[in-house]
Amino acid sequence: MRWLRRNIIGIIAVLVLVYLFVPIAVVAVLSFNQPEGKYNITFNEFSLSAWANMCGVPGVCESFALSIQIGLLATVIATIFGTMIAFALVRYRFRGRDTTNLLIFLPMATPEVVLGSSLLALFLNITFPLGFWAVTIAHIMFIISFIVVAVKARLQGMDPRLEEASRDLYASPRATFRYVTFPLVLPGILGAALLGFALSFDDFIITFFNAGTMVTFPVYIWGAAQRGIPVQVYALATLVFFLSLVLVLVVQGVNARRRRRLEAAVAAS
Amino acid sequence: MSMSSGSASLGFEVKDLELINLTKRFADFVAVDDLTLTIPAGSFFALLGPSGCGKTTTLRMVAGLEDPTEGQILLGGDDLTRLKAYQRPVNTVFQSYALFPHLDVFENVAFGLRRRGIKDVSAAVTAMLELVELGNLARRKPGQLSGGQQQRVAVARALINHPGVLLLDEPLGALDLKLRRQMQLELKRIQTEVGTSFVHVTHDQEEAMTMADTVAVMNQGRIEQMGAPVDIYDLPRTRFVATFLGQSNEVSGRVTGTSGGDLLIEGAGSRFTLPVTRSAVDTGDILVGVRPEKLSISAQGSDIGDDVNYVTGKVTDASFTGVSTQYLVMTSWGGEWMVFEQNRSLGGTLRPGDEVTVHWRPEHTFGLAVDGSAAESA
Repeated sequence: MRWLRRNIIGIIAVLVLVYLFVPIAVVAVLSFNQPEGKYNITFNEFSLSAWANMCGVPGVCESFALSIQIGLLATVIATIFGTMIAFALVRYRFRGRDTTNLLIFLPMATPEVVLGSSLLALFLNITFPLGFWAVTIAHIMFIISFIVVAVKARLQGMDPRLEEASRDLYASPRATFRYVTFPLVLPGILGAALLGFALSFDDFIITFFNAGTMVTFPVYIWGAAQRGIPVQVYALATLVFFLSLVLVLVVQGVNARRRRRLEAAVAAS
Repeated sequence: MSMSSGSASLGFEVKDLELINLTKRFADFVAVDDLTLTIPAGSFFALLGPSGCGKTTTLRMVAGLEDPTEGQILLGGDDLTRLKAYQRPVNTVFQSYALFPHLDVFENVAFGLRRRGIKDVSAAVTAMLELVELGNLARRKPGQLSGGQQQRVAVARALINHPGVLLLDEPLGALDLKLRRQMQLELKRIQTEVGTSFVHVTHDQEEAMTMADTVAVMNQGRIEQMGAPVDIYDLPRTRFVATFLGQSNEVSGRVTGTSGGDLLIEGAGSRFTLPVTRSAVDTGDILVGVRPEKLSISAQGSDIGDDVNYVTGKVTDASFTGVSTQYLVMTSWGGEWMVFEQNRSLGGTLRPGDEVTVHWRPEHTFGLAVDGSAAESA
């Protein structure tokens, strides 16, 4: 009993982690499967065939590339506009500022089904062709809110005296932005962009309404799920997961090494 | 290290700073009220006052971070009033420093030089880091420095630009007491070494008196009194200055006449004299004031000699602090007085409940106008 009381937090933590990672582990394990029938559900036989031949199923890699393309394009455009909107909202007092703050927030609170279907109605009404540009425009529209919110938080957390100090030290408004404000807000912008890309890459609902005949990666998986998802999809998904994992580890490693080098320098001085 | 320390090699040009009818009004209150003031080149000047008195606003107007509603700011005769902050040859040490967290110490200090397009900054930065004794920390980020080190970086970052005047906004407020003492001496040393004017804003009267050649006591957007710390302390001209700068004991009275160079005053059942030159008023109602360490205290009935001012009362508290004993005395008219008595006599100390006479020399007395507005802040 006492043992339980002492270790309860650790036990709960492990259970939560298991809960979070079991689905990912299942996908990773099944990516090495050689399924018996057309459904990749039970582990049958170890095989590297999906990994060796990732584009082996027609349409998988094309849809994957398309999703990345849309994700990158939508993220770049939404980040540029979102950052500018965030600066305007934090730095300037103007009529309609509070209303804008609210309106920017609304798309995040609106159910995607509603956004997707109303966008479809809009595009049909103005006879805008469904497909790549319709989906990209829709993605820009819904990720811009997330980017505004993230960049705004970073800007509001910045000490206004830093910019005053810059002005005091002979930096014109332009130089202050370039050498002080932007470098300090940049991590916030990058974080926002990463979030934006992730949101765009895996969006299904809005995309499905406006894609027409175009097939993005999530749309492909949804279609494939009816007939049995090819093992290649599991392999691609696992690959994406491990790529982001490696990215995180590299960033942490660089930070840790920088810190260690600095501590060594301090100890030596 | 080819440089030698001293203002010559650092190349400072010292200039007078003049504020003329400087006024700052915000929506519904006047932060700085028609301030006219000259800060002579090379002085260590303190603007002292409680929070909200307008001292920081004054400093920010000189820096160019706040636009004056009216008035002018001149530096060495040049009008700065219309110049932007980044065009003014004036630099600031900010409260809590505002060091750039993404730049290391070297780049923080080099910032001003680089923005003015100076290519080769390393000699100047190294010399400046030597001046503030931070040469070995050039590659650290501000987040990895102690409070005292950050403070020095902030000073170096401002001074490297050879400002005509250096503005310091509560620069020691974030430091603990011991470090603050140390930095006071440090700042004083740096000021002597570079020779440029320092304008120091603070609410800490002891800090202002320790460091500054000239102290201006500000209250409600105006300067109440200005002068050398010794002079202001010895002869406060307003009730606010008397109570804000050190402690003071007061008794109200009425001027009944003059005798020679002295005012004769009656009040609280006693008579007082004080030199006319030490009084802000010479007729009617008056506050008679004296500093606690100028007072002597003795048991009632003992001989206090002639030609002294005195009040009577009862000791309510006596605390022995080693070098001195601090007494609280409830006076005959109900006011509370504080007395600091050096522990030089052989006799025992007085105790709470003892009836005493508190006396002092007329030339230690000061006379103040009775003004309703500041009267309750004792």
